Amino acid sequence: MHALIEAQGLSKRFGKVQALDALDLTIPSGQVVAFLGPNGAGKSTFIRTVATLLRPDSGSLRVDGHDVVSEAMSIRRLIGLAGQSAAVEEMMTGRENLAMVARLYGQSRRMARTNAARILELVDLTGVGDRNVKTYSGGMRRRLDLGASLVGTPRLLLLDEPTTGLDPGSRIELWDAIRDLGNAGTDILLTTQYLDEADHLAAYIVIIDEGRVIAQGTPGELKSRAGSDRIELHTRELSGLTRAVEILAALGTGAPSCDPATRRCSVAAPGGAQLLPAVVRALDDARIAVEDITLRRPTLDEVFLALTGHATHPPARNDTFEEHVA
Amino acid sequence: MTIETDHPGVMISATSGMEPGPAINAGASFLVASYEVAERTVKKFVRSPQLIVAGTAQGALFLLIFRYVFGGSIGHTGSLSYVDYFIPGFVVTSVLFSGMGAATGIAEDLQGGLFDRLRSLPIRLMSIITGRVAADTSLLVWSLAVTIFFGVLVGFRTQNGPAAAAAAFGLCVLYGFAFCWLFIGLGLVAGSPQAAQGISFLVFPLSFVSSAYVPVSTMPGWMQAFANHQPLTYMADTVRLLTEGDAANHLVDQSLRGSLVASLLWSAGIFIVFAPLTVWKLRRS
Repeated sequence: MHALIEAQGLSKRFGKVQALDALDLTIPSGQVVAFLGPNGAGKSTFIRTVATLLRPDSGSLRVDGHDVVSEAMSIRRLIGLAGQSAAVEEMMTGRENLAMVARLYGQSRRMARTNAARILELVDLTGVGDRNVKTYSGGMRRRLDLGASLVGTPRLLLLDEPTTGLDPGSRIELWDAIRDLGNAGTDILLTTQYLDEADHLAAYIVIIDEGRVIAQGTPGELKSRAGSDRIELHTRELSGLTRAVEILAALGTGAPSCDPATRRCSVAAPGGAQLLPAVVRALDDARIAVEDITLRRPTLDEVFLALTGHATHPPARNDTFEEHVA
Repeated sequence: MTIETDHPGVMISATSGMEPGPAINAGASFLVASYEVAERTVKKFVRSPQLIVAGTAQGALFLLIFRYVFGGSIGHTGSLSYVDYFIPGFVVTSVLFSGMGAATGIAEDLQGGLFDRLRSLPIRLMSIITGRVAADTSLLVWSLAVTIFFGVLVGFRTQNGPAAAAAAFGLCVLYGFAFCWLFIGLGLVAGSPQAAQGISFLVFPLSFVSSAYVPVSTMPGWMQAFANHQPLTYMADTVRLLTEGDAANHLVDQSLRGSLVASLLWSAGIFIVFAPLTVWKLRRS
């Protein structure tokens, strides 16, 4: 059984920009994988190379065992592409777009028609299926775009920033659809610059910066690499805070931090889940009233900061997509 | 297997009613793929009435200006009335102006991302470009028909029989097909519709410095050297000789045979040079 994606020394340069810089990566099949990184990190270049739209300058990339340069057609038979790298025809209806793509996948007219209807249902666009795409909202276009990538029932779905520019409601709808596809057994490779998106959708995250893989693992693994969990609590009375800090100091690791203004204190707690009940019991024994107490894992923002030394700079959520449709 | 989601009406079926598991897509044959790509381009055109109206109005306006504004003072066309002289030239240059549409069209496709989708599908790259050329050539037939209709409306008549007129029409389509490859190549090089439009302005000198609107003999000598040897002059003269017969003879240096052969050679040459360049460019973009 070969890996789904196998990249070795993969490099691609556009003028002065080294989009991919000797990237090495192996991903087994059977999961949803997110490529996470800031704008210009090389995510799209990577996914476009996987989709056989770009030829690498050097190095090799195999998708499901097929070389992207010499066996591009074999890869195209397996993939579906959606997101900012792909598009739909505005002057055709949703149904026509899907039927066209189905025909191009090699389906008979009849099967293309059946599949177009099925996919419209799947992405919840049956009601507007016979309207020109021009009249669709941004979220509807994205759903159609996702649908178009599904008419060939791909073994590997490539989603290039699938939710960039969508309003929160449409974003969550698309997340649900993507998660369902992943659960139904489709391998999915998606790029995103949103940490919460990667965290929500992917079982495995590859963090890319400046054309290189700087970290990879499950969301949990990546978070633990960026530091341990913390127990954070919020006392009801200021008088209880001093005592609470003593308890945290005794049970946690290292010195607790304390902020009297908000009556909050926290302490590092490796293996925090086991420690939490003991803290609660100690607080209870000391009769300290607590507003809330949480075990907090580091956010992926903190992970990114810890791994790259700089924060992510996601653009305002609307601009990339707007530029694209305009 | 069917999974019901939280969303009413959204169902994910992993099997699409066929064999379980993901499919290996055979991909469309060359002809089917070309047809689908062509159909999409034609649909896009037919469903953009503002483009059709604007394009037609622009052509008609140009025609009226030449016929009634300049026409009166252009008087070196001898026994051939100016309308019968310039309509063949006008029709030939209109082929180039439709070509501009092909250049901006392909640049739009490239920028809009639809091309990326097409290129990620299991079809041959050649079918994408063949489909595009087929569509642009069909649109050319439409625009030629409209131009000729307006020409007849302002008084153009052929004097050489329907067979020769049909041959002239066929020649325009053939030469438009060859130029299509050039314009699609230009559109690919330009990268954006605006840039494609800019580059396409080379059709202006090519159209005007030719025998299309006025006899070349009225131009300064250095300009005649260019005008006499560029493809549009051969094309315009051939169409003129085919539609007007003997009446056009004294205005054209060459015999019908000579200018027809030159026109065909130019068409073949443009195709042979630009089709591979365009395909090469598409493969690399």
